[in-house]
Amino acid sequence: MNLEQFIENFAGLFDETPPDAINAGTHFKELEEWSSLVALSVIAMVDEEYDIEFRGDDIRDSQTVEDLFNIVAVRVEEEEF
Amino acid sequence: MAKLTFQGVGIKALSACVPQEVVYNRDLGYLIPEEEIDKVIENIGIEQRRIAAPDVMASDLCFKAAQQLMADNDISPDSIDVLLFMSQTGDFRIPATSCLLQHRLGLPRETMCMDITLGCSGYLYALSTAFAYASLPGINRVLLLDGEAFSKIVNRRDKVDWPLYGDAGTATLVEKGDFGESTFLLYTDGTGEDKIKIHAGMRNPITPDSCVEREREEGNVRTDLEVFMDGMDVFNFAISKVPRSVKQLLAETGKTIDDVDLLVFHQANRFMMDFFVKKLKIQPDKVPFCISKYGNTSSASVPLTISSELNGKLEGSHTVVLSAFGAGLSWGSALMHTCNCHVSPVIEY
Repeated sequence: MNLEQFIENFAGLFDETPPDAINAGTHFKELEEWSSLVALSVIAMVDEEYDIEFRGDDIRDSQTVEDLFNIVAVRVEEEEF
Repeated sequence: MAKLTFQGVGIKALSACVPQEVVYNRDLGYLIPEEEIDKVIENIGIEQRRIAAPDVMASDLCFKAAQQLMADNDISPDSIDVLLFMSQTGDFRIPATSCLLQHRLGLPRETMCMDITLGCSGYLYALSTAFAYASLPGINRVLLLDGEAFSKIVNRRDKVDWPLYGDAGTATLVEKGDFGESTFLLYTDGTGEDKIKIHAGMRNPITPDSCVEREREEGNVRTDLEVFMDGMDVFNFAISKVPRSVKQLLAETGKTIDDVDLLVFHQANRFMMDFFVKKLKIQPDKVPFCISKYGNTSSASVPLTISSELNGKLEGSHTVVLSAFGAGLSWGSALMHTCNCHVSPVIEY
């Protein structure tokens, strides 16, 4: 699990927000383009790229992009063991 | 997982009816910021929906669809042995709406009638029930009516649900014939019972307070008699379970995705269905959509899609997969063969 790659995947879900506006510490819910539909695309991206189930609460409880990454990283590790 | 296999029964004819009144999602400015409306429409893929008048119920839409099916296929009421009505929006709590429909349709007293209630996956379950009855000796024809009028249980100020749901009634005639083998895989996960729910009922008795509109999560408004959906969790459930169930169905039946001529999904939202298409690597032209015209019509959406998009296209023989998912949580997929299935175009009430 690579944080840089996760940030790139995450940033790729936005149409108008430039990728360089998103980093590990970005409070993603404060981005103007953030919406419940972008949240769905995060769930879809995590399923596709990492084969992990992401719950609504995972997004609701996260503030930064790194928070999301940490949840995915833990689940990927759990899957491996 | 329940695996059900049937021989020599199938869908002989199908029809659908929608209300005349069209509502346009472009007019949802009171609910969604104007600058976001186009993006919402593009993502969910729903331009317009049909909404039943206050005195029109799911059963009325089904009644008209059934009349159309019987007229188009020259079906005598006396030849119907079983009538099934699948809905979450039946006419009354007691009696079963199928009994009222037996009388309205002029079916004989020898007809067995039964209501089935489930979530958006309901058509798959009801169809498997229809196939099971039609397989029995002495039963020749089963008429399955699947209709929903979610406009009656969704609050206009609920921005998760209101842009999605539309109303429709459908009729499916199941009978014995040269259909070959059909396979249904059906699944349930009751740990997700709170993901799509109407709170008030028996466990939480209906009181005057149940009818009070209250502001809920993220400013959505509803009463306890109206439906709640956790959009993110349902999305997560669907994208993880639905493609897997289709793959399992193909494995169980020894088919590949290329053997499938048509794959009809429950029309939940476009974004989700596009994800399924990508994940299953099926040719997009094999997956019909009617969601832009009718929205998510819950359990009626699979037969409505067939009536809307496949009328005149099911002559000859086709291998068809149906897949649906919804409240419960409940989901399922089925592989069957159609043989000169007569599909009537969608009519209006």
